[in-house]
Amino acid sequence: MLTADSRDPAAAPRLLLTLLAIALLWPGIQLSELDLGVLLHSDSQTEMGRFISGFWPPAHDHDFLQLLLKATLQTLAIATAGMALALLLAVPASLIASRALSLSAASRSGIPSRLGRLLRWPVRGLLIFLRSVPEIVWALLFVRAVGLGPAAGVLAIAITYSGMLGKVYAEIFESTDQRPAHALMQAGSGRLAAFAYGILPNVAAELLSYTVYRWECAIRASVVMGFVGAGGLGQQIDLSLRMFASGEVASMLLTFLILVLGADQLSRLLRWRLT
Amino acid sequence: MNRLINLLLVVGIGVAVIASFGYLELDLGELGSATSLKQMGTYAQRFLSPDLSASHLQAILKGALETLAMSALGTLLAAVFGILLALPAAGRFGWPLQSASRLLLNGLRAIPELVWAALMVLAAGLGPNAGTLALALHTTGVLGRLFAEALENTPPEPAEAIRLQGGNPVLAFCYGTLPNLAPQLLAYCLYRWENNIRMASVLGFVGAGGLGQMLYVSLSLFQEAQASTVILAMLILVLGVDSLSAWSRQRWIKA
Repeated sequence: MLTADSRDPAAAPRLLLTLLAIALLWPGIQLSELDLGVLLHSDSQTEMGRFISGFWPPAHDHDFLQLLLKATLQTLAIATAGMALALLLAVPASLIASRALSLSAASRSGIPSRLGRLLRWPVRGLLIFLRSVPEIVWALLFVRAVGLGPAAGVLAIAITYSGMLGKVYAEIFESTDQRPAHALMQAGSGRLAAFAYGILPNVAAELLSYTVYRWECAIRASVVMGFVGAGGLGQQIDLSLRMFASGEVASMLLTFLILVLGADQLSRLLRWRLT
Repeated sequence: MNRLINLLLVVGIGVAVIASFGYLELDLGELGSATSLKQMGTYAQRFLSPDLSASHLQAILKGALETLAMSALGTLLAAVFGILLALPAAGRFGWPLQSASRLLLNGLRAIPELVWAALMVLAAGLGPNAGTLALALHTTGVLGRLFAEALENTPPEPAEAIRLQGGNPVLAFCYGTLPNLAPQLLAYCLYRWENNIRMASVLGFVGAGGLGQMLYVSLSLFQEAQASTVILAMLILVLGVDSLSAWSRQRWIKA
């Protein structure tokens, strides 16, 4: 005979887990000074309310639109130029770091000799270092080294993205079928020729789509980097925020949304056409 | 014809690259010239002797803990609000609420964390509280959308069975839907937490606390020795999170 049982057999462990999580997070709440109430205070609410009510209508006078166009073009140019410089560093670095072009690996069933691994390690380490420091930190450093403006943004993107692209390219080279390149190298061809005829045809589509995806990320990054003074749309957003010009902030956020959506569509088109 | 279009696209990309360099008036020759390289070199040299004194390391430890706390609480808040918004966004309460909550989620997600942080610093004042709120707002958008998709894809039968047995909707959700969904939700939360740790360490640039604020302040005061220690700490944090997540993924996903 079945009896109705309203008891939850897993209640005790769940309760314990919840208590444990709260005990762990309690110092976190202290550390992060979390206070949701601050959003409900009347003075910060009126402040916020005034700021948000200024969002409509977005600023659209002629001078401002011209400034906006300039900033948007600058953002696009920073992302594109940064990617171009990143490729200059990433392609050679990935060729050096990848095991796919190892001569010793060709005759040792894909495992390079110890010396080869030792010599590749510094390049891999450099790539790890380049991409592990966030791009906005690079931007902040370059703003101090080369001055305010787009040059800092271009250099920051070039450095971080060469680390990312170099690593991913090297992995893509290794993930494809190694036999054509090994056959070429064992038959006496040079490494670059083995790369161009043995590996590149198999991986070109993947390389391209990853590069286009990164370009899209670079646009988003270049907007964000403007906040530390690296030019483009972000710098204008920062300036307008500081002047409490909410109408300008609204129209720049709208432009940013359009830019991101447009980049998304363009990268889809490029990937569809070229791969 | 196809070839021609592709060729045109490639030429277009080349022109875009050249035009970008031209538009920015970047003089690579000048950037790479001896004087500017020397200037950058002397600037870089000042970072080579990181400040490893005990008091500074203690401050960095506090900053790192603050960063971790910001990211954890921001993700947790986002998970709570995300599931609250995901229920209507998955179409559980009719289409007007569905499209409204989707619009809200898209808006939250579209604005980057750093912009949210700049806005929150205006609203809530300087400090880690603003950073936590900014992370929570952006992550709510991301997690809400992921949760809504997970909710739509989960099999409805267990919950329907409980409803047919006379259980109320809340019970049906808690005991019919949630157990199936929980591992996926948890995986999404952990993934976003990982992202947020990285983000939290730079949100301080607009005054939202954590390691970023320390870096910004010490760079502004030209204390490069202190700044380089902060950068080292960020590097360790990022590498630690990376290896931890790689390890846990191997450990839990293969099993």
